[in-house]
Amino acid sequence: MIGFAVPGTSVLHRMRPGVKLALLAAAVTVLAVLRDPVQLAVALALSCALVPLAHLPLRQTARQVTPVLWLLAVAVPVHAWFGTWPDAAAMGLRILTAVTLAAVFTMTTKVEALLDTVQAALRRVPWIDAERVGLVLALTIRCVPLLAAIVREVIDARRARGVGGSLRAIAVPVIVRSLRTADAFGEALVARGYDD
Amino acid sequence: MSSRSTVRDLAQIAVFAALIAGLSLPGAIPIGSLGVPITLQTLGVMLAGAILGPRKGTLAVTTYVVLALIGLPILPGGRGGLGVFVGPTGGYLLGFILGAFVIGWCTARLLPRYRILPALLVTAIGGILAIYLIGVPWTAVTVGIPLDAAAIGALAFIPGDLIKVVVTVLVASAVHRAWPGIIEPKPWPWAAAKAETDASGAPVDPEASGRPAVADPSVQQDDRS
Repeated sequence: MIGFAVPGTSVLHRMRPGVKLALLAAAVTVLAVLRDPVQLAVALALSCALVPLAHLPLRQTARQVTPVLWLLAVAVPVHAWFGTWPDAAAMGLRILTAVTLAAVFTMTTKVEALLDTVQAALRRVPWIDAERVGLVLALTIRCVPLLAAIVREVIDARRARGVGGSLRAIAVPVIVRSLRTADAFGEALVARGYDD
Repeated sequence: MSSRSTVRDLAQIAVFAALIAGLSLPGAIPIGSLGVPITLQTLGVMLAGAILGPRKGTLAVTTYVVLALIGLPILPGGRGGLGVFVGPTGGYLLGFILGAFVIGWCTARLLPRYRILPALLVTAIGGILAIYLIGVPWTAVTVGIPLDAAAIGALAFIPGDLIKVVVTVLVASAVHRAWPGIIEPKPWPWAAAKAETDASGAPVDPEASGRPAVADPSVQQDDRS
């Protein structure tokens, strides 16, 4: 399954995912405290500097950030209407910086590495069965293309019959096929000795 | 994850988590004043609760949210990664987990007789109220606008959500009739308390929990304390 990770050997790529995650959390916390638009603009510039530092392609990075830009195009004026422009600018810069940092994190971290980190962290929680969580996560990743195909097939089938998209007419066959898929997976796992 | 999950449960959790992803993908239409995209994503969340029940449904939605945050592009519009969580719409992801739990918890109490009207009510409470309960304040805080302004922005989604609630209930009622046993029926707390006093303190036997509709309105009282 493809994520957003871009292969590379930069400092950010080599950093351990857990450490990177902690840094990201710390940065977002600091951002939440900053109120001055000038300080936040500096923070944004610094986070943008991480993009060339990690040798990330500009266009792919922009694609991560643009959805929030559309949102801010509406939210910043609304905020200014209810408050002041400096506050609105600070809010916009804060969100933009946070999203940029998160995008850098996502693009420099492989999904597999992050899954391993999650599983390693969960192993320390006594009441969680980390192996089973790992199994569910891996199984889900495997299932996403499968289920997307099921949804697409059902919609196409409705269209081919010229009956179009009653939501219920789509949802019932999708659910029935999903439950059958789950049963098949369950049997396959039991056959491979995953039973309790 | 509770050790009571069987392998079959795990498979259902994984498949429904993937189903929510599958429903999130086709044709995201940005709508509403804050441009949150409308998809079948919430339909998947409601279905997970209404079909898998409280434990499996909540775990399926949690799995979906965790994978989205880890960075799989399974959110509407092919988005994913932690950026969504730190942004204005991150609260909805947490709201989904709560919503699926509320729907699942109530659905387990409605079964084995899944009547349409109460089902519509509890699905709307979980699928709309619970999700917005977290999503709207989150937007208001991150964007820094008053709560009522954020709530008005979210109103644009209510018609679509209501359609999804109806669809969820119709689908769930068909599935539970054709495929009984996916959710273990449970009595309402007041019915359980009553059964417990009837059985003089003994734990609720499965016979009684199979028929949760015994709560007679004339005798019904709040014994939850």
